Amino acid sequence: MIERRTSQRGVGGTVDWWLAGCWLVLVFIGFLNIYSTVHYEYPEVLVWGSRACKQLVWIGTAVLMAAVILFAVPSRIYENASLPAYVLMFFLLVLVIFISNDTKGSNSWIEIGSVKIQPAEFSKITSSLMLANVISKMDLHFRSFRDYMIAGAVLLLPMAAIVAENETGSMLVYVGFIFVLYREGISGWWLALLGSIITLFIITLRFGIVPTLLTVFIVASFANDFLRGRKWLWLAINIPLIALMIVWIIFWPKPLYFLLPLMAVQIICYLVFGFLRRDSFRMASAGVIAACMIASFSVDLVFNNVLQEHQRKRIEVLLGMTEDPSGWGYNVHQSKIAIGSGGLFGKGYLNGTQSTFGFVPEQSTDFIFCTIGEEWGFAGSVAVVLLYVFLIFRIIHDAEQCRSRFIRVYGYCVASCFFMHLIINIGMTIGLMPVIGIPLPLVSYGGSSMWGFTILLFIFLALNREERKYF
Amino acid sequence: MSLERKDKLLIGLCIAAAALVVQLFCIQVSDKSSRDAASNQSTVRVPIYPNRGVIRDRNGKVLVGNKLCYDLMVTPKTIGEFDTLALCRNFGVDSLYIRERFKEYRRNMRRIGYQSVVLLRQLSPEKYTAFAELQAKGGFEGFWGQARTIREYPYNAGGNLLGYVSEVDADYISRHPGEYRPGDYAGRTGLEAAREKELRGVKGEHIYLRNSRNQIEGPYKNGEEDVEAIPGKDITTTIDAELQHYGQTLMQNKVGSLVAIEPATGEILALVSSPGIDVDQLADIGSHYKEIAANPYKPMFNRAVQASYPPGSCFKVVNGLIGLQEGVITPESCYPCSMGYHFGNHKLGCHAHRSPLNLEESIMMSCNAYYCYVLKALLENRKYSSMDESMKAWDDYVYSFGFGRPLGSDFPAELKGNIPTPEYYNRIYGRGHWKANTIISISIGQGEIGCTPLHLANFCATVANRGWYITPHIVKDSEDISIDPKYHERNYTLVDTTHFPKVVKGMYRAVNSGFGSGGTASIAAVPGLEICGKTGTAQNPHGADNSVFMCFAPMDNPKIAVVAYIENGGFGATWAAPIASLLVESYLNGEISEERKYLEKRMLEGNLMDRVRIRK
Repeated sequence: MIERRTSQRGVGGTVDWWLAGCWLVLVFIGFLNIYSTVHYEYPEVLVWGSRACKQLVWIGTAVLMAAVILFAVPSRIYENASLPAYVLMFFLLVLVIFISNDTKGSNSWIEIGSVKIQPAEFSKITSSLMLANVISKMDLHFRSFRDYMIAGAVLLLPMAAIVAENETGSMLVYVGFIFVLYREGISGWWLALLGSIITLFIITLRFGIVPTLLTVFIVASFANDFLRGRKWLWLAINIPLIALMIVWIIFWPKPLYFLLPLMAVQIICYLVFGFLRRDSFRMASAGVIAACMIASFSVDLVFNNVLQEHQRKRIEVLLGMTEDPSGWGYNVHQSKIAIGSGGLFGKGYLNGTQSTFGFVPEQSTDFIFCTIGEEWGFAGSVAVVLLYVFLIFRIIHDAEQCRSRFIRVYGYCVASCFFMHLIINIGMTIGLMPVIGIPLPLVSYGGSSMWGFTILLFIFLALNREERKYF
Repeated sequence: MSLERKDKLLIGLCIAAAALVVQLFCIQVSDKSSRDAASNQSTVRVPIYPNRGVIRDRNGKVLVGNKLCYDLMVTPKTIGEFDTLALCRNFGVDSLYIRERFKEYRRNMRRIGYQSVVLLRQLSPEKYTAFAELQAKGGFEGFWGQARTIREYPYNAGGNLLGYVSEVDADYISRHPGEYRPGDYAGRTGLEAAREKELRGVKGEHIYLRNSRNQIEGPYKNGEEDVEAIPGKDITTTIDAELQHYGQTLMQNKVGSLVAIEPATGEILALVSSPGIDVDQLADIGSHYKEIAANPYKPMFNRAVQASYPPGSCFKVVNGLIGLQEGVITPESCYPCSMGYHFGNHKLGCHAHRSPLNLEESIMMSCNAYYCYVLKALLENRKYSSMDESMKAWDDYVYSFGFGRPLGSDFPAELKGNIPTPEYYNRIYGRGHWKANTIISISIGQGEIGCTPLHLANFCATVANRGWYITPHIVKDSEDISIDPKYHERNYTLVDTTHFPKVVKGMYRAVNSGFGSGGTASIAAVPGLEICGKTGTAQNPHGADNSVFMCFAPMDNPKIAVVAYIENGGFGATWAAPIASLLVESYLNGEISEERKYLEKRMLEGNLMDRVRIRK
């Protein structure tokens, strides 16, 4: 029996206050640290022109938005509004390409008077709603090609527009939606494929093509023979082959001439034996090997022709292929120094030297984590990371509680957006990720990002609250 | 199935977060290098160099003072475009040199980081002010002046006695772990080195914050961690600047040394080693170092404490005193001399004088034969069962006068000289194969005997004090520094003080008997000063004999004891006696009397450098 319990629980009784609390704490941490980056220039908080002051305004408006979303807007409209919002946002994204002014090489900002808005920060919301909508309404279970096509199209359209805006960082956040799709039923092999491609890319860039191909060969034969009970066959084939290759390299140092025919033979054998014995695993392996060969040969092509110079350089710096502490590596070098100098417990609030005196660029926006690392040390940094982890855990927990598939998918979308931003942003500041200019959710300075993440999160809170009313 | 997927995703989240935490741990906790990098980048540590202690003479005259100068520092990482030519014009340096330095900085950019390095040293305040004006007009970012003081010598006295100060090198730093950093100065020789710990003071440091454009933002932690410099302690020396200066002038163009001691206190009034280092060279040792090091006369070598010479006839006084104490002679004992001491087919020659002589006369006329008999009597003394024992007893006497070991003065590198032991002769000749006549030359201060001029001066002071000495020293008690109590203690010799007046009388007669009397040092006589002296003519295997003279004055209650040791000067009376007596006269009378001006002139003009055989 469905019964409204609002009267018993009070107005806010069904809101997940844990999540709202997390939001508040993160926003507060953000404000404190933004003030720290500008306090030397603007010791007073309430001075227009100080980023701390502006951030207060963004926070104030964000609180208003949150209240409106929670208490004024009926949460039923999101499901219905998702299609028009999605279409509208897509046109806005495309429009921006043509009307925006160039901001640091990116065409993603709209200027309305003195206010600059980045639609890509909001497209996450519309895309999430749309994805949740199609998956729940059209009952996608990813057992047919059609399901993949629909979900793919929903995600790839805005991605394409964002890439055209030259906002690669925001586009990468969309990659995180693969986790949502995984939860909703796509094969785990897609995740594996994504992981393999990234691994392949890194290995090929860092060590060259031969180690990559060798790895592919050994892993494929290991999976096909060793893991499937043919240990002796695997050893009998691989050991002589490796010995032969060493001899080959000694006399003729061109291992590709050995490796390529070898892998061609491997593919043919797998195809033939797979076909004869009705062994689909072997046939699939043949396909994977071929795909890997093509992929690894195209790495250089992609790297040199598809990526832009700054992206290439940032990846090279990350992989340690170039060291350029005063050029391309400057940001990361300085950011690591700032965070590293914090030590275990940090230098104390407002005592950071690196972040106060402008050694780290983009201090209050993309590199805000430097201030946290420097002034609050390892303890503070870990606390912030754990706070995000708790937030994401809580979102997923709530999403799983929902009986409505729409809300669950949307919840996962929110979680994956937070996750991608967290990993990419903090990873970038500590040298685990290439420099990708995306903000730390709710903490980084900036109106668009503050509003975007607030709306994203509070729509979920509103939806979840509606769900909780009916037990 | 769905639960499982949710959990897999959560596990993935945890792994990713763990990767972040691990990397944070690596760069924040386990790797300390970014802390250094950060403090190098964001703070400027400006050392505040303390003023080095001033060195004064016994009357308060400043021997070594300080003057302000600047080092031009540059932070290579933060320099912009600048006008090399203007810089060179201002400081009068070659533009090639500047370019060369900057090339070097660029090569070592990573090692230097945000640190500042010294571009030009010891610039005069005038030049630096001119540069500061240039800088105020714009350009020259990343340059700054480090104020510090360098040594200044208002008085030309001391030279290598004072020693020089120079920037520490890598070797010096490694020998004094934790005490110095590149760019610090330290005393390297002489008094500057011996008293480095007191003189240097304590370096301070001001820490400033700087921003990414290398602008100073203010003091770090409001100056809480700044440390002010503590100036070095001033040192008062026992040196009399006037006397030292006069001694240096007398010794010019001669090789040797001149030491003057105040007998009652053991304070060194003057200590000259010639040739020495001029104070002008000391002030700028860097540009003179090569020239000094290449000088064949070795001006860095402080002969007064580091050269071991045979004392010659001055040593007869020692043997005479031991003879008296041991009772082998009395003041009245006479020994014959027929142009020398004859033993077997050998002869130790002597000059023409009447014979026989008693003790006083033997000192006055410096008879060689007399002391051969004395030594023979000492070594063949029936009191001792063997030659070894009597020799050992003799050694103990000689040691008690301060010979044969470092005196313990405040010079760091004091030589011990050489007093032969019975073991030494046993090794050379074999046990029982040597007797008094074998080693007879030690009776007259030749043979194996070696001592420094300071030893000899100390001995002279002992005789002047009639039997005791205070260890010679060069630093006096002052407000800042109290010296070792041993510099106030009397050291008595093993010879009874009652025996000294006799030899003093002999030394008095050697000087004051008038020409023609046979006294060897009549040239040193100054009316009214009662100088007591003993000449020495020490054989020098490298050419002409060394001229030696020791004296003190006045006879009663002596104020000064002087030793002059002139290499290759010939007879003691030729060079050493006049020089020593002039020094005494100058000290006691304040001037040289008219009658002795000719002597002073001769000494000042005398040049013995050609006689000195240069050993390379």
